[in-house]
Amino acid sequence: MDVILLQLLNGLDKGGAYALIALGLTLVFGTLGIVNFAHGVLFMLGAFCAVTFNKILQLGIEKPVADTGFGFTPPPEVMPYVKIWFGETWGDFIISSSVPLSILLTVPFMLLAGIVIERGLIRFFYKRTHAAQILVTFGLAIVLQEIVKHYYGANPIPQTAPDGFSGSVNIGAFLGISDTLVYPWWRLVYFGFAIIVISAVFAFLQFTTYGMVVRAGMNDRETVGLLGINIERRFTVVFGIAAVVAGLAGAMYTPTLPPDYRMGMDFLVLSFVVVVVGGMGSLSGAVLSGFLLGIMQSFTAVSSYALLVFPNASEEVRQGAFFKLLDFVDTWILFPGIDQIIIYLVAVFILLTLPRGLMGRAGVMED
Amino acid sequence: MLLQERKDLFLMAIFSFVVLSAPILFQPIGAGYPDLLQKFAIYGIFAIGFNILFGLTGYLSFGHAAFLGIGSYAAVWSFKLFTMNVVPAIFLSVIAAGLFAALIGFVSLRRSGIYFSILTLAFAQMSYSLAYSVLTPITNGETGLQVRALLKEGQTRGLLDADIRVIDSFFGVEEFGIPITNFFGLKMSGWEGFYFCAIILIIAFFISLKIFRSDFGLMLRAIKSNQNRLNYTGINTRPYLLVAFMISGMYAGLAGSLLAVTDPLAGAERMQWTASGEVVLMTILGGAGTLIGPLIGAGIIKYLEQIFSSINNYVLFTFFDFLPVELQVLVTKLTSLFVGEGWELTLGLMFMIVVVFLPGGVVEGINRIMGLFHKRKRKEDTTTNHKAQPAE
Repeated sequence: MDVILLQLLNGLDKGGAYALIALGLTLVFGTLGIVNFAHGVLFMLGAFCAVTFNKILQLGIEKPVADTGFGFTPPPEVMPYVKIWFGETWGDFIISSSVPLSILLTVPFMLLAGIVIERGLIRFFYKRTHAAQILVTFGLAIVLQEIVKHYYGANPIPQTAPDGFSGSVNIGAFLGISDTLVYPWWRLVYFGFAIIVISAVFAFLQFTTYGMVVRAGMNDRETVGLLGINIERRFTVVFGIAAVVAGLAGAMYTPTLPPDYRMGMDFLVLSFVVVVVGGMGSLSGAVLSGFLLGIMQSFTAVSSYALLVFPNASEEVRQGAFFKLLDFVDTWILFPGIDQIIIYLVAVFILLTLPRGLMGRAGVMED
Repeated sequence: MLLQERKDLFLMAIFSFVVLSAPILFQPIGAGYPDLLQKFAIYGIFAIGFNILFGLTGYLSFGHAAFLGIGSYAAVWSFKLFTMNVVPAIFLSVIAAGLFAALIGFVSLRRSGIYFSILTLAFAQMSYSLAYSVLTPITNGETGLQVRALLKEGQTRGLLDADIRVIDSFFGVEEFGIPITNFFGLKMSGWEGFYFCAIILIIAFFISLKIFRSDFGLMLRAIKSNQNRLNYTGINTRPYLLVAFMISGMYAGLAGSLLAVTDPLAGAERMQWTASGEVVLMTILGGAGTLIGPLIGAGIIKYLEQIFSSINNYVLFTFFDFLPVELQVLVTKLTSLFVGEGWELTLGLMFMIVVVFLPGGVVEGINRIMGLFHKRKRKEDTTTNHKAQPAE
């Protein structure tokens, strides 16, 4: 039982990242009608916002180093400004929680980046073909990637979760099931964070006038324009929001996955698949399929279902039909590595059976 | 019609001449050595094949690298199992890639537009992941598949580490160490290797020319301009698309096998989707839907890759010698972003610039410049020519 829960949590955590990226992607699809291949790179930029913020916090005054007299000088010790300003304990606390605090940098930076990209490049592609959109954003993705690589190098840069969240938490004991269900704190936090961000975006679109106009524009852009509303400007802001969501997803993901310049592209392909499975232009579909595929991926990563369901099965259980079925699945379907391709398999299946995806709206990106 | 044929003959003659005398023609720009020219030819074949699908039908596949990878694997396996002769390897690769393309195409072509792109992308990523994980006994995983020394008697090594080469052993071909691929005894390295690729390129180009001029090619173009209308007239377009997809997959397989011929090694990273993106870029850069465009695109990209990635800061610094020192340092710093390790930045920028300003690629650019000279003569022609748009 607890193993199943553990896999579920694993899936929710990864699914959270997929859902956040796919949400932004589908927002951009639905509003601007743009196929944005640079969206994964926005995720990566967010992650590097966290890295940069951490670096900024580490800035400080170099302490003079005493010469050891051996012709060898140890690297100078740095006294960070934060420690000078806030005192030793608070300074340490701030530095250790650089990842969540980096939101302060991520939000404005990503908003700006999103708006600049939309105004500077993407708006010229509204009327071009999807192929042209894919190509130009693909080019943009390469450029942004290479710039990041130039300044941060090609190696992953590990980030740490804040002190209080760096260990694991015994969920089993908390829920009163068992003692073996232990899960990293930060990944739980990430899941909660994903839920909050997703809710915030939905609330923004559902309960504010601004969001209402955006939704109206998604449905019928022309009529909204005829009402004298500058829908294009709102869509620019939507692009900015999509960038912020991707950026936040990236920044908060850094303790789980050390960011390198390639991470965006890896996630992009998956999130495209997520969007397609969820249905183009459907926000809830994107979120749903993000979590679904995340869970699916984590459940195919286990080595055996029979052992998963019956951790210590008696001989009697082993003879049962259900156990035999699971065993059959283990041997013939669950080959190692299927977790790498299950998402694509599902996507192919969905695209061929449900052409609009799980919750796709009629009229969006239809051929 | 006759005029067209004579024109084509002329084109083929010029083309063959340029390809065969490439070592001399490309000498002045520093590309006159076999390794690079070989790359031009191989990626040229890849792009020509991609163009048959994308240029003619407008279906943007983002998974063509999978066929390239499969071609490479098939060729290396042929080297390992049968013979170091390249002919069986090439046949095997083309057939393998064609079969695989038939399978993927059959599924993917049920959808069009962006969905088609994502389906092909999904299949390519799937093949890439499989090559890394499950199929390790066939692909040798991360290490990559390599040609090894012959299995000696008494040795118990797996096929991945030792080869058998049935046909070569049958004819008693002697081997010392790890053998080089050959074409009936002619070693495929250096200039021989290039000329082999060049001749295949000429054949591939000729086939593509024939496809462009054929009724089949016309049908593909019709699909690009308006598939609905074709469907309404009662034509089932899918078989045509599938054949086009297979042909372009086979071209990719051919290119993959040639890559293995020049360097008998196949790795999964050849199948990664960035590699698919590269061939898209080549085609677009040169001019999708034109005969010669993809080749030009492939040449430009491979050439720039070679040149830009070999420039380092020192070269740049000496290049900007004429500037005052402070400015020299600054300019060197700025330009160093674009060369060496960062040459892909240049690639990305080029990509964007071409898509934004020159959607028809280099060929369109040349046509525009030519148009400036013939402005008065051909005013009507140019206005009608630019109407074709890729279909969704």
